[in-house]
Amino acid sequence: MKINLRNKRTRTDFLTYAGVIIAFVVMTILQKEGAISRSLSGQLVPICAYVTMAISLNLTVGILGELSLGHAGFMSVGAFSGIIAAMSLQSAIPSDGVRLAVAMVLGAFFAAIAGFLVGTPVLRLRGDYLAIVTLAFGEIIKELVNCLLVGYDENGLHMMFNLNGQKTVADLGLTENGIEIIKGAQGATSTTTISTFTAGFILVMVTLIVVLNLIRSRSGRAIMALRDNRIAAESVGINITKYKLMAFVTSAALAGASGALYGLNMASLQATKFNFNTSILVLVFVVLGGLGNIWGSIIAATLLTVLPEMLRSFAEFRMLVYAIVLILVMLATNNPTFKLFFERIRTRFFKKPAKEVRGK
Amino acid sequence: MKKILCLLLAMTMTFGCLTACGSKDTSEPATDGAATGGDTADTGSSETIEGAFKLGAVGPLTGDAAIYGQAVVNGAQIAVDEINASDSTVKFELNKQDDEADGEKSKNAYNNLMDWGMQILVGPTTSGAATAVAAQVYTDRTFMITPSGSSTDVIDGKDNVFQVCFTDPNQGTGAADYIAENMPDSKIAIIYRNDDAYSQGIRDTFVEEAEAKGLEVVTEGTFTADTATDFTVQLTDAQSKGADLLFLPIYYQPASIILNQANAMGYAPTFFGVDGMDGILTLENFDTSLAEGVMLLTPFSADATDDLTKNFVAKYQEAYGEVPNQFAADAYDAVYIVKAAIEAAGCTADMSTTDICEALVAAMPTLTYNGLTGQNMTWQATGEVSKAPMAVVIKDGVYTLPN
Repeated sequence: MKINLRNKRTRTDFLTYAGVIIAFVVMTILQKEGAISRSLSGQLVPICAYVTMAISLNLTVGILGELSLGHAGFMSVGAFSGIIAAMSLQSAIPSDGVRLAVAMVLGAFFAAIAGFLVGTPVLRLRGDYLAIVTLAFGEIIKELVNCLLVGYDENGLHMMFNLNGQKTVADLGLTENGIEIIKGAQGATSTTTISTFTAGFILVMVTLIVVLNLIRSRSGRAIMALRDNRIAAESVGINITKYKLMAFVTSAALAGASGALYGLNMASLQATKFNFNTSILVLVFVVLGGLGNIWGSIIAATLLTVLPEMLRSFAEFRMLVYAIVLILVMLATNNPTFKLFFERIRTRFFKKPAKEVRGK
Repeated sequence: MKKILCLLLAMTMTFGCLTACGSKDTSEPATDGAATGGDTADTGSSETIEGAFKLGAVGPLTGDAAIYGQAVVNGAQIAVDEINASDSTVKFELNKQDDEADGEKSKNAYNNLMDWGMQILVGPTTSGAATAVAAQVYTDRTFMITPSGSSTDVIDGKDNVFQVCFTDPNQGTGAADYIAENMPDSKIAIIYRNDDAYSQGIRDTFVEEAEAKGLEVVTEGTFTADTATDFTVQLTDAQSKGADLLFLPIYYQPASIILNQANAMGYAPTFFGVDGMDGILTLENFDTSLAEGVMLLTPFSADATDDLTKNFVAKYQEAYGEVPNQFAADAYDAVYIVKAAIEAAGCTADMSTTDICEALVAAMPTLTYNGLTGQNMTWQATGEVSKAPMAVVIKDGVYTLPN
């Protein structure tokens, strides 16, 4: 395989991979040395989960050009199916790492099914229907998990829907050795936390490889053609529903894997965590990082996850300051003068590549 | 003008980037980040005291459940100030952190406190957050006492986690027992929030105990966080089924709406709440006359006449300008319980967090403590407190003991 590093896009992609790898190596070394605060090292796994969420949502919003407001719903599907898998396979797969991998794959699988079910009818339509339906989907998932009772004992998995609100975990009929995995509204409260930063890093890398390769492939070009001009794309024989579904289901699956990682990092997790606000939060990552800009999503997700913690010194005004910073960043990144300023810096320090691009 | 603005924006962003990257890559963010957090968060006791135990308090200081978190940190602050002003050999330094009642944020807050050098954790305030942190605390071996994380999941299987409040099952059974004893013939309707661990937990045990005691539950209505604005359906249902006692194992904000709407439709059953109802009298823009006759199960009553309560209420009112609720009292007790345990175990402030934890875990079951929220409180090794629940009635805008 010949890699043409002169191609600007290829170069950006490889810089993105390299950046993630370097960040991982640096953080691992620092963590080994005990040089980073607990506050930061405790956030490493959530950061990986949010980065994956942002990249996968970028695939739907930035690359496919459809607005999705229920991305947290897929995360929720992944998280709870991942938790169920990891908890019930405890005796079958003693190794934490393997169990986590299985949980993430299953999380991705179930989220992909959910994505397929949501996407099939909706993506055939024109207009902003996906936004409306995904918004509803996120709420539906939240309500469903609130009704879900799951337990595991030597007789296998017990599952029950508490539709009228009158049932409790006791109705599952678990034996003495049984474990209660999901207790309706109380959520998953006895999860063994097995997520690690390394697993998170691998997930981010897998996500990057999947998404970047999809974008640069024939299918990816078809997807972007759909985004840019639907009629033109249709006229050259691109199967619209197929490519839309491809992007959307991939995005849902990755969100599911990220949910499993996130869920298995928390001893206690309620369905309400994955509400509309979380979906919007991820959307903010994507918009702030730039639509269609993968490395932008990574940086935005990381910074905006760390930022509230860094602002702890503002005590009660923390979220106010967070909002102000967010607004300023949004304004600044869209400011022409500011862009020009960046451009000038770039031409000054990286004269050669800039010239080369211009020469082409 | 525009140029200046642009420059300002650019500077803000660059500064933001620099600080963000700074703590990510530099080797010692632990000290600077945590130190600033400690200094500004503590307005009450920012001066460092030699040989003081570092106490961390975590609770939702912002967001929907802020009233609980605020009460907890305020209550803890009063206790710490009292102890530091006394001639006690045990002194405390308190650092309060916000968790927005969210498990992830709560873990962040806990980690932040650990960076600061916290030795004992008083918190988190809400059950979900407390459960998430408890698992972490268990692996880290930090001593944790939660004033108000009432779910059994918080203490389940963790020997170093203790509670000051009743567990949810205790509240559910306590309420059912009280009703069975005092109002055995009532027709009970329940309205609870079925996407909330606390509400669902109490409802489950209440129904179980009510069945065992032969109480009649005529109907149950549910709502969720998103539908907590209108209760006409549930109330009409309860009214049509002839319920004369409405059990509300919910927080006070939805309860205030229920009281309002029930009043508007002329439905006046006996309202019976649990400790989440506490705080309804301090809710802004709420007509407290609507809460007349509401019964609730709470371990703390602000107008009890014992000296301890009087002293606490006076201090709290002076410092924060409102009547303290049960959460503040729980936190106040939690700090004193920690003090008693430290004295019993003979810990010193220069011991490591883990050593303190092991010593306190051994000392806790031997303690008997008399506090604001109960007499002769004792703890089992599991972390569960044993104290008697108390029912109060709201009369003339204050809690009074029912006669």
